[in-house]
Amino acid sequence: MTVYRMFRYTLFTSFANRLTGLAISIGLLVLVYWLMAVAGGAGSYSRALAILALPIFKVLYAGLLFAFSYHLVAGIRHLIWDTAHGMERHQSQRSAWVVGAVSVLITIAFIYWAFCPGAHQS
Amino acid sequence: MSLRSPLGKVLGAGSAKEGVHHWWVQRLTSIALVPLTIWFVVSLVSLPSFEHVTVLTWMAHTWTALLLILFVLVATWHSQLGVRVVVEDYVHGGAKTLTLVLITFIHAFVAAAGVFAVLKVAFGAAA
Repeated sequence: MTVYRMFRYTLFTSFANRLTGLAISIGLLVLVYWLMAVAGGAGSYSRALAILALPIFKVLYAGLLFAFSYHLVAGIRHLIWDTAHGMERHQSQRSAWVVGAVSVLITIAFIYWAFCPGAHQS
Repeated sequence: MSLRSPLGKVLGAGSAKEGVHHWWVQRLTSIALVPLTIWFVVSLVSLPSFEHVTVLTWMAHTWTALLLILFVLVATWHSQLGVRVVVEDYVHGGAKTLTLVLITFIHAFVAAAGVFAVLKVAFGAAA
């Protein structure tokens, strides 16, 4: 079945926007858990931090930074589409590449900033 | 039995004007989240440490508290609309309704918890 070529820029970017959006929704749960822990006092905060500082969560934060960067840039692309600009096929293919490249660059910058040794005390 | 055609019954009645509500709110929250999320991520990454005292001082600051509350409310609203669309597309039958009820409740809980936590810290009730 090669009637319909499966890989389409628009299909892929739309799907990726949904996936990253779902990932950020999970991130919101973690965020509110953290906020509740802060409000719960020193004891509850240190217990929560013991969980939130686990290596698996650090991987999650890096993933969330990428998901956020992608969703942000792809969302702005959608907002531009809403003004009826950039909807021609060659334009949307080009903007798909721009979204991918810019979101990867933003992610690298954020991860370097957040995790680079020496950038932070903790 | 009425002889009026189905088309005749609805002609001129106008739409309920509610059809684009979710679409419109999704756009409104998208626009608001561009500055709010950038502020939040930059603010969080610039924290000197994640010790309790540091985070408390940050959260208790008037502008931080206000922006955090806005961020939590707008983000959960946007998230609710987004997850709803995904559920509507991929979940079918009775499971769909149940999932929609669940995700709505979870989002309402997350929004309330986030706002409550920030207010508690902002009003100095968290030691």
